[in-house]
Amino acid sequence: MTQSTDRPWPVWEVFTQGKDGEPHQHTGSVHATDAEHALQNARDAYARRNEGVSLWVVPSAAITASTPEDMGPFFDPANDKVYRHPLFYKVPKGVKVF
Amino acid sequence: MTPPPVVAEDSMRLAEFEARIARDESIEPKDWMPERYRKQLVRMMSQHAHSEVVGMLPEGNWITRAPSLRRKMILIAKVQDEGGHGLYIYCGTETLGVDRHDLVQDLLDGKAKYSSIFNYPTLSWADIGTIGWLVDGAAIVNQTMLAKASYGPYARAMVRICKEENFHKRQGYEIMATLSGGTGAQRAMAQDALNRWWWPSLMMFGPHDADSPNSDELMRWGIKRKSNDELRQRYVNLTIAQAKAIDLTVPDPDLRYDEASGDWITGPIDWDEFWRVVKGNGPCNKERLAARQKAHADGAWVREAAMAYADKKASRTTEAA
Repeated sequence: MTQSTDRPWPVWEVFTQGKDGEPHQHTGSVHATDAEHALQNARDAYARRNEGVSLWVVPSAAITASTPEDMGPFFDPANDKVYRHPLFYKVPKGVKVF
Repeated sequence: MTPPPVVAEDSMRLAEFEARIARDESIEPKDWMPERYRKQLVRMMSQHAHSEVVGMLPEGNWITRAPSLRRKMILIAKVQDEGGHGLYIYCGTETLGVDRHDLVQDLLDGKAKYSSIFNYPTLSWADIGTIGWLVDGAAIVNQTMLAKASYGPYARAMVRICKEENFHKRQGYEIMATLSGGTGAQRAMAQDALNRWWWPSLMMFGPHDADSPNSDELMRWGIKRKSNDELRQRYVNLTIAQAKAIDLTVPDPDLRYDEASGDWITGPIDWDEFWRVVKGNGPCNKERLAARQKAHADGAWVREAAMAYADKKASRTTEAA
C-alpha cells in the first residue's frame, strides 16, 4: 500500500438550494480529493431525498469568518441606528394601510 | 465517578459559558468552551458516528438474501443512509478540532467504542425487521433528544438523521407485521427475533442513571436533556403498544403496567451481559471489527485512484498556468 492511500482528503463545505428561488444554505461538509469529487460526495451525503436542486462546494480553508470575540465590536455599529427600522417612525392616526 | 475539577481555566469564561447553556443558547465551533465539554463531545459524537458505520454491517450481510426486490432496494437505501449518518456526525465531530482520519483509524485499530447492539448476530430475515423496529426505534428516542443538544453541529446533524430514521423504523415494523401475519414458521421467526433483540435494545440507552458516570456532566451542559432511564422508559412505553398491535410478545415475564404513572415496568436488565459485550466479549465484536477492516482495505484502491487523479489534475493545472 502506498502512502497516498492514507493521506487525508481536504474538507469542503456544502451549500444546498432546496428549491428553485430559495437561497443556498450551509448543510454540512464532506471530504474529497477535488471539486468534482466533492460535488458527488455532497450529492450522496446531503441530497439522497431530493433535498437540493443545486449544490455548491467550497474548500473549507477558503472561508473567512468573523470570530465570536468580534461579536460585540464588529457588529455594534448597527446597534444605535434604530432609525433604520420602520417602527421608528410614527404614522398619523387614521392611516390604516400605509 | 466525579468529573475532574476544572483547573487552570478561566473561571469567568466558565461562568459565562454555563450562563449561555442556561439560556439555551447554541454553542458553535469557534465559541469558547471548557476543555472537558469539548472532550465529552468528541467522545460521544465519535462513538455515535462509529455506531452508524458499524451498524451497516449486520444489515449489509442480508442485502443479497432479502426476500424480494422491493425489500432489497429498501435495505440498500437504509444501509446507505447509515453510512450517510456516520458522515454527518464525523463532520460534526471535526468542528471540535479533531480529524476524521484519526477517528476512523481508532475504529480500525479497535481502540474506539461503538454501540454494543451491533455486536449481536443477525440470524434470520426477521432480525432485519427487528433492527429497524427496535434498534432504529430506540435510536430515534435518543436522537430526538440529542436534536436539542447544546452543541449546534451535533444538534443539526441529529435533526437530519431523525427525519431519515423514521423510514428505517417503519420498514422494519412492516417486515415484522408481515411475518407475524404470515405462516406459523414466519410468525415463529418474528417472535424469535424479538426474543433475542428485546433486552439488548433496552441496554442501548446505557446503564441506569445511578451507574452512568458521564450522565451528570452531559446533562449539566445540555448535551443530553433526558437521562438514560427516562429515555428507556419512553422507548418501552412506545414499543409495547407496537408489539401488541402485531401480536408479538416481549420476552419479559415481569413486565407490568403501572396505572399510576402510565408506564410499562420491565423486569431487571442483565447488566453483566451489557458490560461483557461493551468490554469486547459479545457474540460478534471480533467479526464486526474484522469486517470493517476488510472493507477499509478493499477500498484502498479507490482512495488511491481518487488521490492520484486529483494529483494529476492539479499538476496539469500548474503546468498550464
